[in-house]
Amino acid sequence: MATSSPVQIQPVETYRNERPIPFCPGCGHSILLDRLDAALRQLQLDPTQVVIVSDIGCVGLSDQYFSTNTFHGLHGRSVAYATGIKLANPDLHVIVLMGDGGVGIGGTHVLNAARRNIGITVLVFNNFNFGMTGGEHSVTTFSDAITASTRSGNLEHPLDVCASVAVNGAGYVYRGSSFDKDLPQQMAAAIAYDGFALMDIWELCTAYFVPNNHFGRKEMLERIESLGMETGVLQHLPANEYSRRLHALTERFAGQDTMPVKALTPAFNSPLDHKFHLIIAGSAGAKVRSAAKAIGYAGVLSGLWATQRDDYPTTVKTGHSISEIILSPEEIRYTGIAKPDALVLLSEDGLKKVRHRLTTMTPDDIFITTPEFADVETAARKMILRPGAGDVRITRTNRSLIVTAAALRLLKLFPIAAYEQAIRRFQARFADENLKVVAASAGLLEE
Amino acid sequence: MSREYVDGATAIARGALRAGCNFYAGYPITPATPILLHMLRELPKVGGIGIQAEDEISAISMCIGAAMTGARPFTATSGPGISLYSENIGLAIMGEVPLVIVDVMRMGPATGGATTTAQGDVQFIRWGTSGGYPIIALAPSSVTECYTLTQRAFDLAERLRTPVFLLPDKELISSMATVDVDEYVDVPVGQRPLVNAPAVSGVSAVTGRPDARLRPEESYLPYDFDPIDGIPPTSPFGGPQITRFTTSSHDEHGFLCKDPEKVGRLNDHLRLKIESRRAEIEMGELVRHPDASTLFISYGTTARAMREAVDIGHQSDQPASGLTLHTLWPLPETLILEAVQGHQRLVVPELNHGQYRHEIEWLIYRHCARNGLVPPEIVGLNRVDGGLITPEQCLQAIS
Repeated sequence: MATSSPVQIQPVETYRNERPIPFCPGCGHSILLDRLDAALRQLQLDPTQVVIVSDIGCVGLSDQYFSTNTFHGLHGRSVAYATGIKLANPDLHVIVLMGDGGVGIGGTHVLNAARRNIGITVLVFNNFNFGMTGGEHSVTTFSDAITASTRSGNLEHPLDVCASVAVNGAGYVYRGSSFDKDLPQQMAAAIAYDGFALMDIWELCTAYFVPNNHFGRKEMLERIESLGMETGVLQHLPANEYSRRLHALTERFAGQDTMPVKALTPAFNSPLDHKFHLIIAGSAGAKVRSAAKAIGYAGVLSGLWATQRDDYPTTVKTGHSISEIILSPEEIRYTGIAKPDALVLLSEDGLKKVRHRLTTMTPDDIFITTPEFADVETAARKMILRPGAGDVRITRTNRSLIVTAAALRLLKLFPIAAYEQAIRRFQARFADENLKVVAASAGLLEE
Repeated sequence: MSREYVDGATAIARGALRAGCNFYAGYPITPATPILLHMLRELPKVGGIGIQAEDEISAISMCIGAAMTGARPFTATSGPGISLYSENIGLAIMGEVPLVIVDVMRMGPATGGATTTAQGDVQFIRWGTSGGYPIIALAPSSVTECYTLTQRAFDLAERLRTPVFLLPDKELISSMATVDVDEYVDVPVGQRPLVNAPAVSGVSAVTGRPDARLRPEESYLPYDFDPIDGIPPTSPFGGPQITRFTTSSHDEHGFLCKDPEKVGRLNDHLRLKIESRRAEIEMGELVRHPDASTLFISYGTTARAMREAVDIGHQSDQPASGLTLHTLWPLPETLILEAVQGHQRLVVPELNHGQYRHEIEWLIYRHCARNGLVPPEIVGLNRVDGGLITPEQCLQAIS
C-alpha cells in the first residue's frame, strides 16, 4: 500500500478487493468498475487519499468492491456528500459513482457542483432505467422506451446530462459508453482533472432495459447518434477549483479574534427602581429596531437589565415593525409585555398592530406620538411631538430615532448621554448622522 | 459587573466556535439565518469552512461528508428545512456521524409563520427520520444556555458519534437579552474516539494486537463496538487508515449486511449507546418550593415565563415549583420523577398542543401504575397563536 513512509513504495496492483462483483451477466456496471480499477492503477493514487462515494441503486453497491475509502449514502445525495468531503479536505481524490436515477433525484446537487466547479469526479452509470427496483423509467430514458413504469412507451424527453452540466460551468465533461476502448485513460483523465469532471457513460441493463426494448450495443450507439448527442470530451476548461479557492479566501482572515464578548461596564446611572415596559410601533424599513436596540445598550450601560423582542412580517421594507423593550434593575425572565408603561407610535402600520394595546393602557402610562396620531383612542397620557420645534426636519429615515430620542428625554429612564454612547459604540457606521438627530430631539416633547 | 447585550443566535454561533466547530453548511431560512451569517463570517478566522448550500438536503449532506474527514460540523435551520434534513438525520444516526443540528422552532405546519415563535417540533425531532432510533435534543431557555448548551451539544455529538439537536425557538434566537458575562462558562468538549496508529497489515491499529478479522486493506474495523454500547473508534478520510462509511445495515467492516445476528446487534447498539448514557445526558434545573402542591415542567422560552410565575408566586403566597428541562431527548425520566415527588398537580406549559405533556403523562402514569401510587393531576397550558405563554397564565394554573 502506498503510504508516506520512507520505505520504498510498492506499486498498487489493484484497487479492487477480492469480493466478486454481483451484477447481472452482461451488466455494464461490471465493465465500468473494471475500467475504474484500471484508471486508478494508471494514476497510482494512495488508496488512503481516495474516497469512492456511491448512493443508491445497483451502482450504489459498487463502493464495496474497492479497497479505498468509501462512502455509501442516500439516493442522489452522493455529490453533496462528496462536496462536503472535498471542501473539508481538498487534497482528497473524491470519485462519485451514481446512476441515472441518482442524477434525477439529485439533479440539483449535480448542477450546483458543476456550477461551483468543485474538484470531484462524477461517473454516471447511465443505463436508462432503475435496475434495482424493477426497471422503471428514469430521467435519461428515451422517448417511447418501454419500462416497468412506461408500459405504453415513455412520454418524457431524456435529460442530456452532459449538456446540462456543461452549460452550467462544469470544467470537464465526457460522454461515452461502456464499450469505449480507452475508457481507463478517459477515466484517469477525468480523475486527474482538478475541477469538476463528469463522465456520462452509457451502458446496458441486461435485466430490464435490454429485454424490454430489444436493445443492445448497436442500438445504444445508434441512439446516441440519432439524438444528435456528441461523444468524447465535450468540454475541458481551465480548472479553477472551488475548494482550493474557498480555502485560499479563508486564509485571508486567519487568526482574527472571533466573536469576542462585548462586555459593557456601567458608566451611567439609572433612576429606574422597577421594571419598565416600552413599545415602539412603526414601519418596517424605517429603522425602528435599531432605534430600539440602542435603548437596550444604553440601559445596560446604565446598570440595568434589558430585553428586546421584535415583531415584523416576512416582507422586508413594508408592513409593521414593533419592538418591545423591557428595562429593569433586576434580571428579566419573561420578555413579553402584557401592558406597556409607555408606547411610542410612529406610523399607521404600527398603529394597526398596537391598537389593542393602547386600549389596555391607563392614565399612569404614557403615549408618545406625532400630531397625525393625536386623536388615537387611549386612556394613557398623550404626549404629542411638536415637529416644528427643532431644527431637523422629520423624514421617513430619521423619524424612528428622533421620536424615540425625544421620548427617552421625557421618560428619563437613563441619561440621554447613555443613549448617545450606545449609538457611538454599537451603531458606529451612522453614528455622526444619528447623534445629530438625537441632539435635534431636544425640546420636541415637553410636559 | 460586566454584562453583554446580545441575542441567542450570537450566543449559539459563539458557542459553536468555542467548541471547535470548523465546518458549517446551511441554507437561508427565517429565523435561523443569523446563525448561517455568523458562521460564514467567523469560520475563516479559525481556519474553518462555511458554505451556503443549494438546499437543506445538500447542507446536511455536506456536513456529513465533512464530518467523515474529521471536521466538527454544524448546521442550523427551521421547520421546513428540518423536514428536508429528515433522510440524512437517519443516515447520520446509522453511520454514527457527530453532527450538531440547530432547529430554530417557528410556527408550523409547513411554512407556517416564518417570523412567529412556537415549540411545535419537539416530537418531530424525536421521531424525525425513519426507523425510530434515539437522538439527543437539548433546549436552551436563555441566551447563556444558548452558549453553554451548544458546547454541550458538540461534546455529546463528538463523544457519542451521533447527531445532537439544539432546539431554541424564534423568540430566543432573535430577541436581545442581558447576560452577566461571568455566566459564559465554557463546557469541556471531548472528541470522537480516533484511530491514530499507523496502518500495519493484520494488526489492529486500535488494540495494537493481531486481529484475524481484519481484511487485507484494513488495519481497523470502522464499525467495531464492544461492549454493545461502546463508541466505535474512527479514522478520518485522508488519515492513515482505510475507512468505510455506510448508510445501510452493516457489519464491522462497513459492508452491507443482512445477517440477523449482526444487524440486530448493530440496531441495539444504536439505541443503547444513548440509552445507557442517560445519566450524563439528562440536564435540567429544579426550583422546589417546600409548600408547593403544583409543579411546572417547561423548556425553552416558555420556561422563562414559568420561572417568573414561580418567583411571583413565591412572593404572593401562591407557592409553586418549576422544573426547566435542558434535555428534551432522551426523556429525562429520573429528573422528572424526582421533581414530581411531593406535588399533586403538574402543569406543562408549551407552545404546541401538548407534545411534551404526553411524554410526561405516560412516564408518570406508568411509574404510578407500577408502584401502586396515585398519580398527580397533569394539565397542559398551551398556546398556538404565535403569542407567548405569560407568567399570568402560569399563575392562574397554580392550584
